[in-house]
Amino acid sequence: MKSFADMLLSREAFSEIVMGNTAVVRAMIEAGARVVTSYPGSPTPEIASAIAGIKAEDRPFYFEFSTNEKVATEVAYGASVNGHLSTVFFKSVGLNVAADTFVQLSLMNLIGGMVVILGDDPGANSSQNEQDNRHLARLSYTPIFEPANPQEVYQYYKAAAILSRQLHIPVILRLTTHVCHAKQKVNFAAWQPADFDKTPAFDVKNGPYMPLTSLVFPMKRRALGNLQQVAEMSENKGLHQLVGNENPRQGIVTFGMPFLSLLDCLAESGGKPDILKLGMIYPLPQKLIAEFLRNHEEVFVLEELDDIIEGEIKRLAFEQQIKVKIHGKTDIESWIGEYTADKVAVLLAAIWPEIAPKPAAAPDFSVAVPPRPAQMCPGCGHRSAFHAVKQALGDDDIKVADIGCHTLGFMPPYNMGQLLMCMGASTGIAAGMSLFNASRSVVCFLGDSTFFHAGIPGIVNALFNKHNITLIIMENGTTAMTGHQDHAASGRNFNQATDKIPVRGVLEGLGVKHIYEVDTYQQEKLTEMVKEAVAVEGFAVVIARHPCMLKLMREQRRKENFQAKMVSIDKQACNQTHACVSDFACPTFIMHEDGSIDVNPDLCIGDGSCLQTCPAKAINRPENR
Amino acid sequence: MKIFNIYLSGVGGQGIGLISEIILRAADHAGLNALGVDTHGLAQRGGMVSSHIRIGENIHSPLVSKHKAELVISLERHEAVRAAADYLAENGTLVYYNTSWQPLPVRLKKAQGISEQQVEDFCQKGAFRLFKVYQNDLPDPRMQNIALLAAICKNKLVAGLAVEHYQKAMNDLMAGRMLETNLGMFKSLI
Repeated sequence: MKSFADMLLSREAFSEIVMGNTAVVRAMIEAGARVVTSYPGSPTPEIASAIAGIKAEDRPFYFEFSTNEKVATEVAYGASVNGHLSTVFFKSVGLNVAADTFVQLSLMNLIGGMVVILGDDPGANSSQNEQDNRHLARLSYTPIFEPANPQEVYQYYKAAAILSRQLHIPVILRLTTHVCHAKQKVNFAAWQPADFDKTPAFDVKNGPYMPLTSLVFPMKRRALGNLQQVAEMSENKGLHQLVGNENPRQGIVTFGMPFLSLLDCLAESGGKPDILKLGMIYPLPQKLIAEFLRNHEEVFVLEELDDIIEGEIKRLAFEQQIKVKIHGKTDIESWIGEYTADKVAVLLAAIWPEIAPKPAAAPDFSVAVPPRPAQMCPGCGHRSAFHAVKQALGDDDIKVADIGCHTLGFMPPYNMGQLLMCMGASTGIAAGMSLFNASRSVVCFLGDSTFFHAGIPGIVNALFNKHNITLIIMENGTTAMTGHQDHAASGRNFNQATDKIPVRGVLEGLGVKHIYEVDTYQQEKLTEMVKEAVAVEGFAVVIARHPCMLKLMREQRRKENFQAKMVSIDKQACNQTHACVSDFACPTFIMHEDGSIDVNPDLCIGDGSCLQTCPAKAINRPENR
Repeated sequence: MKIFNIYLSGVGGQGIGLISEIILRAADHAGLNALGVDTHGLAQRGGMVSSHIRIGENIHSPLVSKHKAELVISLERHEAVRAAADYLAENGTLVYYNTSWQPLPVRLKKAQGISEQQVEDFCQKGAFRLFKVYQNDLPDPRMQNIALLAAICKNKLVAGLAVEHYQKAMNDLMAGRMLETNLGMFKSLI
């Protein structure tokens, strides 16, 4: 087996098939990053998986999963002003959490340098929106590099680190989902570990670091001056790629993954427009773009998500009075979704049909395949909990969801979740919904990682302002959705064992008077507790606790004497009420056309949580396979 | 070389990541230029998952376009038809592992499941080549992906890839008992 850790630490140059998220770790090592922080969120957590592959004692930099993206950004900032090159990475919407700190970074003299890696998610593959974080980069005067593939991820991180260290500014490396996850053979350079100066280099003379009232202005002047300097540096042609076909009529300005989609389209259509592919996308290389505009009769700005550079390029043409027709976004659909080759083909066809590839013919017949939405794993404790909670609530009661695996409780047949916003928002929303509301109970859900991430302020508020709501905390001991990262109550951090910060202890410390706690799989007890909690006048919390079953089973399977088990159906006893399928709905159960039920051996993990859901007691105890 | 696009599908938890990584690396061991990408994140939880592999010289994005996959590989029957309907190119080949993980609407009796016959009818209508794979005595259902891989290798469904390329790729990615069991079964099936 190849050791990816050895590969990432190789002194020699090498090539290897890796995804973008792995390539960036080698770039961090080569660039001399000293402190790296994150909060898990797709599409970036595999960066941490690659780091985790390297033994702690061999790791050339410090890494932590912080409590949330804002804290992660602060830790990286603190390290940078102490002289260490730092990096923080998180998902698209993580920047909203980090924003309060992030928007200040460009005001500061980051003597060690700092790279902010953003995992944007066009296509909303695993996010609650498709937000285009280039807006926040502009708002905070922060330059952006945007790679198109893993090779560029590796190269652009190194370029971002150099720029960041040279001007002591934050620099963004903006990745998108399929750049993070794309796999390609990447050529890596040699690496010679450098001696590391551990002296804490922080010095107020490097500041000011205190942005307060009028002190803000010199800092803002500095930030804007730096941005101007970067704008000049961005004219360096080496940062961009010009695909010249000597086409005086058609030019396309693009960047990132849509560039690759475009090349695939043109390879098929045989079209030969000139292409200016930008590597640094903020600030823009104005001279380079102006020249490109002058050299073409028409220019198409092919830009995924929002029309940011389209606006800038139009302004440039206007200011410089360049006679060129500029095409950009045409309709609402051009603002939505990932710019795959299929999408780019449609966009091209609307503007220059002669260079758009013809769509491949779809079969002229169809088969209705039922949709397969994501769902909770077989044996998942959340399923057991939702099943029990549902028994305690009326149809008219309000159920507020939060982010995590338990979000999936919103689906039928549970319908436990009717509103979703973002990390930790459920308690606050529930509080608002409880006002002037004497008839409908309000229940909200929260996971344990999210409890620490952004959940606590909403809980404090519920206590402080005496809101009448019930919070159900689904405590599974891990950050399950993103791949089982440890959190403050896990008893381990990324690097070592640590004291658990118990969720219950925090609630008690805050003064929550009504706390109920039960094992997730004890459904009757959980139902009773939720009923009691809802009846409380004021704020009550129910903790439904069990280690994540997926994680637990994986750990058990690794043990030598592991014995796989599964449940079975007692066909004599089964009277086909179908509670196992219609109400409990574990994916393990198979519904036959004649209404009989079976257990799918591919799926059953033998937890037995379904036994208590069958009114006819027709599910047999788990037995050895 | 002509571009060869492969679209893989399955249900989260079936081990699509491993089979796609093996094929990608096998292509590399065969000296072919190849790109790939997998689904990660939320969709993994029991939902539909996919991987894309592209082999050839003039390829750029790792994503396969609709109806342009020469080969669709599926780990599950429902997903096989869904993937083939959306991605298979004219004269393309579908190879799938014949297990059924009923989607939620089927279990709730709100939709009809897909039968083996429907897969056959679909391929016949579309003039697609069809390979159905099923292995009766698997020691662990998580090895279905390797049984499928063996069928792909045996029937030479990816042009230019030979047994040794697949084996090298498996050696890259697995070790110890896992490698032993999977490689042993792979060899016994090809």
